[in-house]
Amino acid sequence: MSEATATTAPAGGSRHEAGPGGPAPAAGADDGGTGTARGSGSRGGRGYGRTGSRAASPTAPPLSFVWTRRVVLTLLTLFAATPLLVMVSSSLKPLEDVTDRFRWIPSVLTISPYVDIWSTVPLADYFVNSLIVAGAATGCSVLIATFAAYAVSRYRFRGKRLFTVTILSTQMFPGILFLLPLFLIFVNLGNATGIALYGSRGALIVTYLTFTLPFSIWMLIGYFDSIPRDLDEAALTDGCGPLGALMRVVVPAAVPGIVAVAVYSFMTAWGEVLFASVMTNETTRTLAIGLQGYATQTQVYWNQVMAASLVASVPIVAGFLLLQRYLVTGLTAGAVK
Amino acid sequence: MTTLSPPPGSEAAAPSAGAADDGPSRPRRRRILPDRLRRAGLPYLLLLPALVLELLIHLAPMAVGVVMSFKELTQQYIRNWGEAPWTGADNFRIAVDVNAPVGEALLHSFLVTCAFTVLAVSLAWLLGVTAAILMQESFRGRGVLRALFLTPYALPVYTAVITWSFLLQRDGGMVNHVIHDQLGLTDSEPFWLIGDNSFVALVVVAVWRTWPFAFLILMAALQNIPKELYEAAQVDGAGIRQQIRRITLPSLRPVNQVLVLVLFLWTFNDFNVPYILFGKSAPEAADLISIHIYQASFVTWDFGSGSAMSVLLLLFLLLVTGGYLLATGAGRKRDV
Repeated sequence: MSEATATTAPAGGSRHEAGPGGPAPAAGADDGGTGTARGSGSRGGRGYGRTGSRAASPTAPPLSFVWTRRVVLTLLTLFAATPLLVMVSSSLKPLEDVTDRFRWIPSVLTISPYVDIWSTVPLADYFVNSLIVAGAATGCSVLIATFAAYAVSRYRFRGKRLFTVTILSTQMFPGILFLLPLFLIFVNLGNATGIALYGSRGALIVTYLTFTLPFSIWMLIGYFDSIPRDLDEAALTDGCGPLGALMRVVVPAAVPGIVAVAVYSFMTAWGEVLFASVMTNETTRTLAIGLQGYATQTQVYWNQVMAASLVASVPIVAGFLLLQRYLVTGLTAGAVK
Repeated sequence: MTTLSPPPGSEAAAPSAGAADDGPSRPRRRRILPDRLRRAGLPYLLLLPALVLELLIHLAPMAVGVVMSFKELTQQYIRNWGEAPWTGADNFRIAVDVNAPVGEALLHSFLVTCAFTVLAVSLAWLLGVTAAILMQESFRGRGVLRALFLTPYALPVYTAVITWSFLLQRDGGMVNHVIHDQLGLTDSEPFWLIGDNSFVALVVVAVWRTWPFAFLILMAALQNIPKELYEAAQVDGAGIRQQIRRITLPSLRPVNQVLVLVLFLWTFNDFNVPYILFGKSAPEAADLISIHIYQASFVTWDFGSGSAMSVLLLLFLLLVTGGYLLATGAGRKRDV
């Protein structure tokens, strides 16, 4: 939800009166650049504390709250960040530092894990497999979901409720429920046709649609609903067909949403483990399964494992953090409202 | 659907039904279907690819899964499952017979999963709601903290869990280094990935991974609470505790209802965390149901039994979800 409107107003115009140990100084310094209206809000923040006009009130801003916040958020930061920190630092350690006792500080900093990961296991192949599978699953599901979501969002028709309920409920089913039959179907279809379906990338892509497609449809319904109908009705009166209205008006207006849906689909497909653990073979293995190959070496090269994990994570995390604003809009519009 | 010439009479009805659809310049004879049919069929045409795929990836597999659960589908029949003999409800009978090994193990795994889910969901929710409330108001560094808190959720699950399995190594892991070497809390270094401690490890990793989602959703929800409510409460002299109890938490209720359901389903069905942490066969204390079914299917190669367990699991989830939705009325907002 738009951070720009929500986090702007500096909390309390007169915070300095809180005295030493008061709330974080310089109310305008947070959040580097999210606020456009920064400084214009002399009223109180939207959260707790007093309003600006009641600056002299003895009830606020409670020191106890500020200290509770500091302590709790520090603990949460430790909890959230420690594994991340270890991940990064271990990826820069020599092997001795990760095999014997754990060390917070590396004895020497080295980037050799980042060089070695490519030769210990065929990491590049795993990377390509992951890219192809996650990319194709995302592309297919977003394309198909766009049409389906447009139909659900803009038309009334028989079976609409059944369709949306099906879409929603398949998201709650355990993956294992689809895995066993799909495995059997692929093995038997492959036997019958002579095509090696089981283990192929194509088969894996199809199994990934079991979760990317319903999710994409559900999110896009939410996005399309938020686009005013007047827009495509105007396009219809201007001579566009329904498809023209979808492609020329609705899709362009929904681009942030569509990108967010694509990124989220890609993320889930990139991280998928269950289907990949069964449906891949030596040559089609994805990163999710391939990374575990480091652990089967006689000695686990944890520094390389951490380096490879970071290589597999950084683009995904960056995409997520950049787009989380749109993602939340979709998640709250689609599922939680 | 292949008639090219419109049936008589449809032309008369067309103008009222679809005149606004197309501009006057559009040549009429390009129409393949009469307007009415076109308009009625259009949603289905748009849905067609999705419907076909749904049929292929969801409905057909589910039907196959149900059929499988009534068959004796051991390894020898997997390449030709049509020939597997019918066993009636035997797979189900064996699965629920708690006095026999299979049923006993399934019940144990079910109970472990329930305990794990209750613990992990409540902790994840608690951390999420706490962080969201504490970060509702701006302070310096809030944006950085928010990104940091979301990162565990954004990481691909396998990299996150592999990192944890590194931290939890008995020798050379960070966790044992801290609690044994640095703090001296334990006499010897505990195992985390085998034995009873594995349950604790599982909960910690699952919470670390899921609480950011609760935080993300609740933060968004908090921004929808009108600030006038808080201002009015302050004028009335309400303190922060009262504001949280009387305004924040009640306003979050509808979001919480859906959020808890989503967290429940994810956590109960979770396969990734235990699989990467423990491998194909989890320690008894952390034998979650999806791993259990996976093992029954792909380690002992008894697909019939695995399918029966899947069907039971689905029935349980439907029952719980249905009951929950009826009790809370959650998710009944969209007019479909």
